Amino acid sequence: MFFCVQVYKDPSKGELPLLPEEHVQDSAKDVTYICPFIGPVRGSLSVTNYRLFFRCTDREPVFGLDLPLGVLSRVEKIGAATSRGDVSYGLACKDMRNLRFVHKEPEDSLKKSVFEVLMKFAFPVSNNMSLFAFEYKQVFPENGWKVYDPLAEYKRQGLPNESWRISKVNDHYELCDSYPAALVVPVTITDEELRRVSSFRAKGRIPVLSWIHPESQAAVVRASQPMVGQNGRRCKEDEKLLQAIMDANAQSHKMFIFDARPSVNAAANKMKGGGYESEDAYQNAELVFLDIHNIHVMRESLRKLKEVVYPNIEDSHWLSNLESTHWLEHIKLILAGALRIADKVESGKTSVVVHCSDGWDRTPQLTSLALIMLDSHYRTIRGFQILLEKEWLSFGHRFQQRVGHGDKNHTDADRSPIFLQFIDCVWQMTRQFPAAFEFNEYFLITILDHLYSCLFGTFLCNSEQQRLKEEVPKHTVSLWSFVNSQLEEFVNPLYVGYPSHVLFPTVGIRHLQLWVTYYIRWNPRMRPQEPVHQRYKELLAKRAELQKRVEELQREAANRTASSSSERAGSPTRSITPVQTFV
Amino acid sequence: MLSLGSGGAKSTKPSFVSYVTPEEIKSEKDPPKQEKHPDLLPGEVEFCSANPILKYTQDDLSQRGVFGTLFCTNFRVTFISDEKPQEKTDKTFKNKLYGENDIPLMCVDHIYGVYDEKRKLITGGLVKNKYPSKMIIHCKDLRVFQFSLTFSKEEDAKKIFQGIAHHCLEEKSLKCVFAFSYMGTPSPEMQWKQETVMFDSPEDWTQEMKRTKANCRLVTENENFELSQRLPKYFVIPLTIGDLFSYQGKGLPIWCWSHYSGCALFKASFPPVTQEDGDFQKHLDTMINAVAHNHLYSVKTEDLSESLPNIQDIQQSYNKFKQFFLIENSTDFWLSDVKWFSSLESSGWLDIIRQCLQKAVEVVECLEKDNTNVLITEEEGTDLCCVISSLAQIMLDPYYRTLMGFQSLVQKEWVAGCHAFLDRCNHLHQKDKEYHSPVFLLFLECVWQLVHQHSPAFQFSETYLTVLSDSVHVPVFSTFLFNSSHHRESVMKAESPLAQSGPLSCPTVWDWSVQFDSKAQNFFFNPLYLEKVKHDRAVRKPHKPKHQRNLSLPSTAFKTPPKKGFFKDETDSLKKMLRVKRLSRWRGSPDAPTATTREFFESWQHRPLDYHGLLLPCLDGPAVHIWMQRYLRWIPEVYILGGGSVAVMTKLMELLSQVQDLKRVLEQRDSSQAAKLDHRPYFQHRLLSFDSSGRLSSSFPFAYTCYRSFKPIIPTGLMQSLMVTDSLASQEDEASSVVSFV
Repeated sequence: MFFCVQVYKDPSKGELPLLPEEHVQDSAKDVTYICPFIGPVRGSLSVTNYRLFFRCTDREPVFGLDLPLGVLSRVEKIGAATSRGDVSYGLACKDMRNLRFVHKEPEDSLKKSVFEVLMKFAFPVSNNMSLFAFEYKQVFPENGWKVYDPLAEYKRQGLPNESWRISKVNDHYELCDSYPAALVVPVTITDEELRRVSSFRAKGRIPVLSWIHPESQAAVVRASQPMVGQNGRRCKEDEKLLQAIMDANAQSHKMFIFDARPSVNAAANKMKGGGYESEDAYQNAELVFLDIHNIHVMRESLRKLKEVVYPNIEDSHWLSNLESTHWLEHIKLILAGALRIADKVESGKTSVVVHCSDGWDRTPQLTSLALIMLDSHYRTIRGFQILLEKEWLSFGHRFQQRVGHGDKNHTDADRSPIFLQFIDCVWQMTRQFPAAFEFNEYFLITILDHLYSCLFGTFLCNSEQQRLKEEVPKHTVSLWSFVNSQLEEFVNPLYVGYPSHVLFPTVGIRHLQLWVTYYIRWNPRMRPQEPVHQRYKELLAKRAELQKRVEELQREAANRTASSSSERAGSPTRSITPVQTFV
Repeated sequence: MLSLGSGGAKSTKPSFVSYVTPEEIKSEKDPPKQEKHPDLLPGEVEFCSANPILKYTQDDLSQRGVFGTLFCTNFRVTFISDEKPQEKTDKTFKNKLYGENDIPLMCVDHIYGVYDEKRKLITGGLVKNKYPSKMIIHCKDLRVFQFSLTFSKEEDAKKIFQGIAHHCLEEKSLKCVFAFSYMGTPSPEMQWKQETVMFDSPEDWTQEMKRTKANCRLVTENENFELSQRLPKYFVIPLTIGDLFSYQGKGLPIWCWSHYSGCALFKASFPPVTQEDGDFQKHLDTMINAVAHNHLYSVKTEDLSESLPNIQDIQQSYNKFKQFFLIENSTDFWLSDVKWFSSLESSGWLDIIRQCLQKAVEVVECLEKDNTNVLITEEEGTDLCCVISSLAQIMLDPYYRTLMGFQSLVQKEWVAGCHAFLDRCNHLHQKDKEYHSPVFLLFLECVWQLVHQHSPAFQFSETYLTVLSDSVHVPVFSTFLFNSSHHRESVMKAESPLAQSGPLSCPTVWDWSVQFDSKAQNFFFNPLYLEKVKHDRAVRKPHKPKHQRNLSLPSTAFKTPPKKGFFKDETDSLKKMLRVKRLSRWRGSPDAPTATTREFFESWQHRPLDYHGLLLPCLDGPAVHIWMQRYLRWIPEVYILGGGSVAVMTKLMELLSQVQDLKRVLEQRDSSQAAKLDHRPYFQHRLLSFDSSGRLSSSFPFAYTCYRSFKPIIPTGLMQSLMVTDSLASQEDEASSVVSFV
């Protein structure tokens, strides 16, 4: 069991591998870790301002736990001290595991237990301290904060063009504080009209362009729900804006509005002033509900999933237990929704507007998955980073609220595994299209691990505005600095990168699988095996080696003109022959 | 005749969207266009035909179809489209015996008739009265065909329906099976057959004993089946058995395989121990002692009929399981998608696979860790015994993970080993259901799990397993047609009355050239197979060096066999002591608790994976998968266009050929070796052109993209799928909308 980033680890010494600015806060010997797989393990526990480190040396192989405090969602004492003075602590983690330790209460009642120290550093926000990301001062060769430049990304898509302009109306986040500064809107709509639209859309999140099809000019537009309310309010400017979006695409005189919610929930929102576009007001638009449930349902589903997979799996009821969590059904609905969006854009050449209630949870799930299906650029490592920076971070997915960085309030109803669900959907697609993605599974797991770790600044705060205010890029390191400085770790050797291919995944439950190497990775029996990739890397290395030798020989041949057969390039390489040669 | 009866009871105007317009049907009243007939195989005879028959395309609900002629021959049911065959993509993986619109008679599983919108299972009784408007055929390879009979003349429709029902459903005699009419010329490419050890001669068994260093006795007394008709012609037993002829060979421990340590795996037919016959009990004791004698006086016996599901359970479970894949239309598909996991679980099929693998692991543990002889028993000794012993051998011996080794194993344990293929597969449509059971398929399923988990350890691919599972129902091969060696010999002899024509010309399934050309046979090989670096030794020693590592597990047995010649007396007396202890401990003891097998697996798992050593499957819930290729290959809803494992394979093939090319360049550079060049293996054909891989379906090589346009499949009825009933669903997204963010 290891945590994936061990930047400065020296395994030869038994010392704690510390990161820059990481300091040991407390440590205790004689702590017992109750491992659900191998039983109780005695060892020493250290707590730094970044991680928890448990090590047991009297076992072979050496057993260790190394986890960033950011993954802890809850630390609590379980039961009272026993007669021997032992106290049990339970640690619930955001990454699908629970840890349990037994520790002797210090006899000196003034001295704090190591777990009390742990509680302080695990939840710095609740204790008015800063997250470790603000202290971590690692320097990487590449600066990941420069990965995403909105104007460059829009330029790649051919924007601005004759129909779309980049508006500066939100330059100071006055129009909408959860939106990015740069917004792409139809040229026919003035900034003044946009302001009026913003009062009609929930949280001011007006319809703006996410992506435009390079050929058909069909656009993917995102928004929040219209504030229709029970009286069926209308907004002239909003109607005009949607008409303008439709007009910007000459190929189609129709448009689809995808409301991610179940229609019942969308209707219920009218009671609270929200709602959905009526067909009277938006005449050429067709409204489609995608039946994806809200953050609370998703949170509950993941909780059930954790119950089913950790620590023990009930083999004989595995499938029905898995079904009862509904996790894969939610995944199916999200993928199916994204598939319908991608289909309308690609096959129907129609522009689409996607929204849910606020447009910051289900909407980015749908738009970013549809974009991955439509645009092969987002299937590269850097393209995927841009996609996350754009659709999730700049458009204000509320990472701080959904993850609860450094916050001890684990029952907060705003927490929800929306982003995890999206990464799961991406993983499902990488399974179905093993050669279409430049990144590997480890890349996705690394992103998820650092979603919680609070080592990097990437996933902190709720919006672009907040990140600027807190000067996150100035004071923290970007996850992409780390990733892009060791890209070879994250490359899928099977990558082919069909440049113009649209991917239409199969969304039937039959083709979806539980992401075992993420959700059940703590179970040693589910050891991940990637023989195909491993074998593949060997082959790639072999090819490189042979290529090098061929080049050497060619150079050699060029150098000498006369003597031909005296020199040899060494004995032929060991036979590789995995090849079947039945001709 | 193909012309339509004008003004007959049947309307010529189709009430559905069709590829063929009604005008075109009318035009058929003109002098019939060139009559179409199937290309018959040598020995194949046409029984009846009808035209026009509409074959529905499976794609969607719109009830579209293709008109054509439906034939029934003594080999198959075949449909020939009236349309000009489309420009077919060059099918690399074409079966030479039957195509996509052919159903070998033996492959028909069930026929349903639709009478007035009601679907009825066709059995003998229904056939006589009337014929249905629509005929649905479910195949054993899980294809589903739907034909409308309403457009052809009444008598034609009746005839074809009754013909098909008769030849596919009625009980028939073995002689009516097509294999006995098939006159295929033995192919010149005999390489396959030659290398597969058939175990039909004493030499094959001697060789196998030599290979595994077994110290047993070859029995030739059953050459004329005087000893027993249920026993193989030749077989191997422990050295110390003297009396062969009591109880018709019941209880005789048949040797399967020897571990390098000397202990061995035996199987025996063994009636349930309820028998009160004291003599028989004594006989069994002698037999068990003989097994114990084989090595170190220890034996573990395992009655498989007690610890595993019986063949009826297996049959029932599979019948439930396969229903989930016999999909007739999209609506069915999406409806069944909703309860997919719990339906699977309720069939119990995956659980049976798990139990078999688990049992095999227990056997492996006894041989590998405890160095104990193992005797597995069941009533006949030819069903689950074959499954478990074959699986254990695949886990222990890398030779059986090569293609030739695997085929030899099937010959050894199943074909020569007298598995009752004819009864279990129900090739003759016997009404007595008691004997049917997909035991061999169950074995292939278990092997697939191993292949899926440890692909580099196997020379063959999952495509090979899928094709093998299909071939069971192709009535051309002698391999799966008989109940025992005796049965095979007596029938084969009787069926070749023309002595001069030699024995029946019925190929074995291992002659793959009967079904596939050499290019297609490439799909049988796993390009990821990690071939063992060969040593320059003449004698093949496939596993010995690898097995010598010790498992650092607590073990009560001796790890290494005592050296020969040393301390002979002492070991003998030690053996005597052990014998008593061992026998009393193991005999009749209940299952070894699964906990120890878990431990065995975990300690194996902690070691570096050696693909040429011991191989164990992970049996935890999430690790047991569905054989997607076999079960989902005909369902268009699950095709992934441009994805699936074919995408990996294409890339892999390309890389392999690049490596080959580079090696070639290197060798050409090396002028001193130029002469040898021609003998070097060279990966000549890329299986698929690289560009095409982007549009191939994941069901390749079984299905191609031409079925459907490149459009996504949008699920229907999503709302039914997920009714979240708790209050969470109606909650607001923002739990506390008051909280304002900065």
